Amino acid sequence: MAKVLMDGNSVIGEAAIRAGCQCYFGYPITPQNELTEYMATHLARRKGCAFIQAESEIAAINMVFGASLAGARVMTSSSSPGMSLKQEGISYLASCELPAVIVNMSRGGPGLGSISASQSDYFQATRGGGHGDYRTIVLAPSSGQELADITHRAFDLADTYRIPVVILGDGVLGQMMEPVEFKHEAPEELPVRTNALRGAKGRPSRIVKTCTSNPSEMEELNWSLYRRYQLVREEEITYETFLVEDAELIVVAFGIAARIARGAIKNARANGLKVGLLQPITLWPFPSGKVEELANRTKCFLVFELNMGQMVEDVQLALNGKGEVFFYGRPGGVISTPSEVFRVISRHYYQRGLKQERNGQGI
Amino acid sequence: MDKVYSRPRLLKKTHFHYCAGCGHSIIHRLVAEVIDEMNLQDRIVGINSAGCSVFAYNYLDIDMAESAHGRGLAVATGLKRASPETIVFTYQGDGDLAAIGTAETIHAANRGERITAIFINNAVYGMTGGQMAPTTLLAQQTTTTPYGRDARLEGYPIRVSEMLALLKGVVYVERTSVDSPANIRKTKKAIRKALQVQLDGLGFSMVEILAACPINWKMDPLESWQWIGKEMTKEFPLGVIKDITGQADAD
Repeated sequence: MAKVLMDGNSVIGEAAIRAGCQCYFGYPITPQNELTEYMATHLARRKGCAFIQAESEIAAINMVFGASLAGARVMTSSSSPGMSLKQEGISYLASCELPAVIVNMSRGGPGLGSISASQSDYFQATRGGGHGDYRTIVLAPSSGQELADITHRAFDLADTYRIPVVILGDGVLGQMMEPVEFKHEAPEELPVRTNALRGAKGRPSRIVKTCTSNPSEMEELNWSLYRRYQLVREEEITYETFLVEDAELIVVAFGIAARIARGAIKNARANGLKVGLLQPITLWPFPSGKVEELANRTKCFLVFELNMGQMVEDVQLALNGKGEVFFYGRPGGVISTPSEVFRVISRHYYQRGLKQERNGQGI
Repeated sequence: MDKVYSRPRLLKKTHFHYCAGCGHSIIHRLVAEVIDEMNLQDRIVGINSAGCSVFAYNYLDIDMAESAHGRGLAVATGLKRASPETIVFTYQGDGDLAAIGTAETIHAANRGERITAIFINNAVYGMTGGQMAPTTLLAQQTTTTPYGRDARLEGYPIRVSEMLALLKGVVYVERTSVDSPANIRKTKKAIRKALQVQLDGLGFSMVEILAACPINWKMDPLESWQWIGKEMTKEFPLGVIKDITGQADAD
């Protein structure tokens, strides 16, 4: 189909419907309202579909839990303060192995914060977020097109691994209008969920629960989740690279920050600096192996985030001393420009003597 | 000899973990009987939540899922909207439905969700050891109101059924008790009617059931059952609180 010009929030809505999303439950919060509104307009009256503007984010995520119990493809969305409220429900979804797609178009925090784009929910998203020992798959788009593609993938991942999947966007991605091509039509049939609850017809009754009075049973649940997470780690890590082959310095950035970094890197290349980009698409599981592999050649990494330094810890863990890591970030909803990031890149580049090092002129 | 009573078919063959004199085991039996008599086993899902009845799925032989504390009616809403043919009920205590889940309760009722709440009011948090519930009576001693509930400090017992009856989406609310054979029979009838309201697609229905918690009330079972009739029903009068089944439009 031809490209259409849409804001990022609406792109997620359209992509979700084309992925077979049947239920959406949400609560108003800026900067993601266009998604809730899109679903009210385009999903609510589709046959077999349901939309509710819930009384709270807590109610919305628990409606998601209920719809997922019934075997439906289901989504909710929010922004940072609302995501904090959803964490209870996400923990229960994880424990009950129920698929769901949860969108966070994040904004500056902590607290009510600003409504401008931020990446300060990285820790919350990639460490589970709620109570208990669990993970969610976290996907980080950086453009309208990636929003469309990643939303589609999110539903498949959720069903495949019976796991909540978080799409971690931000206010810029949600509001910005870009040309997008939707590559999928709504599927005629969806994968059958063998653990759905709709009444014990022709089979023994089923229980979906998280509570047990037996710690050993809880331990085994944790181990079984862990085995699933290992499988996700083996199968589903995705990332993009840009000009890394000969890079002396690699910028690591995700989401909208990666988009800004690309502009800075193009500028750096035009100035003769050999700079590349590693853009993790899955924030969990994190592409640690790729970071380590890049460190075979490149020793200098600059992590750029729109926060006070969160993903930088994953880069440091992946490198485990194999390379040097610098950090640059702007928190609170302030958005760096490509020229600002270029200045940071060139400062580190010259300070480290990277221009000379490779051909033997280094100190 | 005629068989006048047998174990309900939908009650699993296992021992209840409930204390002697507890209302849950009686109410579980009634729920199992009604579902069987209405032939709903193939299409019903129960949502239970934190509290002593979190283990209800160990006893009822139907599809059941556990919700987070207080969120039962939001979970039931999601399930019902995703699968309108399924009959969905929640089984919730007073702390669950009337304290931590107040918002979920009011809004599911106000939307007129085609779901049924079975609300057990025993005026105390049972599983956590007898703390004050939103429905604890004035002057009633609990572990967190050791000098008795004082209206100036802890407010008044909440009459959830009367509150919900004000909402237009609510079609049927009745308050019953399981303190006597006659009241147990009335409770069963009310559960049946509440599920019928849902089957008919009329709107939200709820049965509030006064039940005993002898352990946390620090009474013996008989004494606790008498306390329901003597004290609890003064604050929570029994009877039909709202019934507009004759006027409500079906789906």
